[in-house]
Amino acid sequence: MASFEEIAAESQQRWEELTAGGQPWIRVGTALCGKAAGCDAVIASIEAALEQNGVAAQLSQVGCLGLCFAEPLVDVQLPGGPRVFYGNVTPDMAAEIVSNHVAGGSPLAHLALGYLAAGGPDEEVDSTLAGIPDLNQHPMRVLENRVALRNAGTIDPGDIHQYIAYGGYHALNRALTEMTPEEVLEDVKTSGLRGRGGAAFPTGVKWGFLAGSNAPQKYILCNCEEGDPGAFNDKAILESDPQTLVEGIILAGYATGTSHAYIFIRHGHDGPIDRARAAVVQAQEMGFLGENILGSDFSFHLEVALTGDSYVAGEESALMEAIEGKRAMPRYRPPFPAAVGLFGKPSNINNVKTLAYVPEIIAKGGEWFAGIGHDKSTGTVIICLTGDLKYTGMIEVPLGINLKDVLYQAAGGVPDGKALKFVQTGGPLGGVLGADNIDIVLDFDILRTAGAILGSGGVIAADEDNCVVDLTRALIAFCQYESCGKCFPCRMGMSHLLEVLERICRLEGVPEDLDLMRKVGQDMQAGSLCGHGQLGFNPVASALRYFGQEFETHILNRRCPTEVCSAPRFSPVSSRR
Amino acid sequence: MDGLKPRIADAMHRQSQPTVTVLSTLLAVQDELGFIPKQGIEEVAAFTSSTINEVWAVASFYPNFRFEPPCLHQVEVCWGASCHLVGAMPLIEAALQASGLETEGDTSDGRLTLRYNTCLGACSQAPVMAIDHHLIGRATPESAKARIAELLAEQNG
Ligand SMILES: Cc1cc2nc3c(=O)[nH]c(=O)nc-3n(C[C@H](O)[C@H](O)[C@H](O)COP(=O)(O)O)c2cc1C
Ligand code: SF4
Ligand code: FES
Repeated sequence: MASFEEIAAESQQRWEELTAGGQPWIRVGTALCGKAAGCDAVIASIEAALEQNGVAAQLSQVGCLGLCFAEPLVDVQLPGGPRVFYGNVTPDMAAEIVSNHVAGGSPLAHLALGYLAAGGPDEEVDSTLAGIPDLNQHPMRVLENRVALRNAGTIDPGDIHQYIAYGGYHALNRALTEMTPEEVLEDVKTSGLRGRGGAAFPTGVKWGFLAGSNAPQKYILCNCEEGDPGAFNDKAILESDPQTLVEGIILAGYATGTSHAYIFIRHGHDGPIDRARAAVVQAQEMGFLGENILGSDFSFHLEVALTGDSYVAGEESALMEAIEGKRAMPRYRPPFPAAVGLFGKPSNINNVKTLAYVPEIIAKGGEWFAGIGHDKSTGTVIICLTGDLKYTGMIEVPLGINLKDVLYQAAGGVPDGKALKFVQTGGPLGGVLGADNIDIVLDFDILRTAGAILGSGGVIAADEDNCVVDLTRALIAFCQYESCGKCFPCRMGMSHLLEVLERICRLEGVPEDLDLMRKVGQDMQAGSLCGHGQLGFNPVASALRYFGQEFETHILNRRCPTEVCSAPRFSPVSSRR
Repeated sequence: MDGLKPRIADAMHRQSQPTVTVLSTLLAVQDELGFIPKQGIEEVAAFTSSTINEVWAVASFYPNFRFEPPCLHQVEVCWGASCHLVGAMPLIEAALQASGLETEGDTSDGRLTLRYNTCLGACSQAPVMAIDHHLIGRATPESAKARIAELLAEQNG
């Protein structure tokens, strides 16, 4: 088996051949956002045009750069030159780009979205780029500080050598050769990293529980269930840079003395699943997974496991049930997973983003990470911006940034001259914030106090034409549909809430309904087994807190101010089990 | 139905991951056939040394499993929050109208299955639908109706 130095040298050489070699390099975004925008037709057109023009070029399918609003996104890099990006590319545009830019050597300034200098933002660019803006000055990019997403949209996610050429697996090599497991764990503790899956629990502390157990069989479980409507960043990491996750998982294994791990994904999302599986195979081939990794006495095995459609399967104990092949129903705790987890063995569950941060934390040190962020919320946060925004997509910004800046600066505010009415954050168990309450610092604890969690990073914006009561009904319809049914406060409570909300949306609510919902919410919170039922009242609670008046107008005046609820409304899905 | 037996066996054995469970085996069978026939439940039980009850418990829990042969085409429309806010409801209404269905389900001619999805994962391109697993972003009621009409009218396809 090759030494790490040999592997790294080979990766470097391949990278130089790719970028400085004789061929132009064309990259197309092919994450779920690119697919939905039609990248397949664009790729077919590029291939045909290359053939027609008789030029040879390297064509790579990359992941998501974050500028989803501009998908299909294509960029062209001539040997030694900058990357020039084209947004909202149609098959016809693609053909024009190939003949003029790839074959002809002249970028199409009138079509280009921006350029990224190959050597970084300070590099002088040549005059053929006149008229093309620096993409780093795009509103979606100016606030960014990319840690977990550092390679997303840049490297080919199917080529482990590109990841290594970009600094990948150096952290693992360093950990295995220079650091004890305790030192790796200490670095993660120092970083202040908190779980990005919703609860924001300190990762180092959680790993400490697992490290403390000397059971012969233990598990690291990486949670990529990601059922939150409006959040796609976990899938985007797998689609864009799966090796950063694989390296993070291996480091977690080393730090905790664990030899087996699973990445857990919902079936049907073929793009992320295929990338994850291919990444595991490539890491095995390189000797980063398997027995005696890089010649050390550390051995580690990683497997991809799939679940059926179930939101609650993302809950940590339900996840273990699903990997065991059963119904995804949460377990009673204690015992906690760190004592009795998957197959009865001690286990540690982390979100994709949490683990994707780890290689950079080990490479640059825990203190470096702790220096980014705000108070006890260290590092960055990856936000998925959707809904009524000028720029929809995914950005990674330091914690401590103001939500208002994210919405108005990065996302460009609400289009068509309309006003922002509210934002929904943190998924269906999160909350809503009114437009007057978005002047708030992104910090796990501050947001929680405001009744709107950061959760998995989904931020959905709604303009003045939207009705808060209607959205709340849709969120509760989701929670009701997804209740696993194991405990009645959640199973019945969700149904009851939905019934009341549907009544209010039909403008048939009664004054007692608001108190009735609060009562049901209290019972759910007190009596539910897992977070789904315990937090499931959040959307209603925060909507009542910031938009109580709007509920009252529906009930007392029998009127929906936005007229959304005057059309006959329905919940697309009612009870599933 | 006897022709299914070798395909079921093949799908169950072809699983390459080390951890083989009732759920992973059910997913493998459905990937192969597009549904889980009654016989499939029995085969999965035998293959995983489980009872039919245990297999059925799992199969009936996850709504992605179906127990009748699938229609020719699968249309999915997302009703997740991002899509909801920018027009999922008109899209669902259009899809229902074009397919002549009252709610999600199969058309009587066996040409089309309509399913609601809680999030297709391309929320930045909302509203999102999928036809035969190909995602379509920024879908409109008009484009949905036209695509569904094509699928229903298509000959021999
Ligand atoms: C109903 C429900 C669904 C959840 N879904 C997810 C999910 O899809 N992904 C995730 O990482 N965490 C999810 N969680 C949180 C997990 O239980 C767990 O806290 C998390 O994966 C731990 O990882 P972290 O410490 O890295 O945040 C969910 C929790 C609940 C109650
Ligand atoms: S709270 Fe809801 S989702 Fe959680 S175990 Fe109980 S019924 Fe299932
Ligand atoms: S909410 Fe519709 S694709 Fe995610």
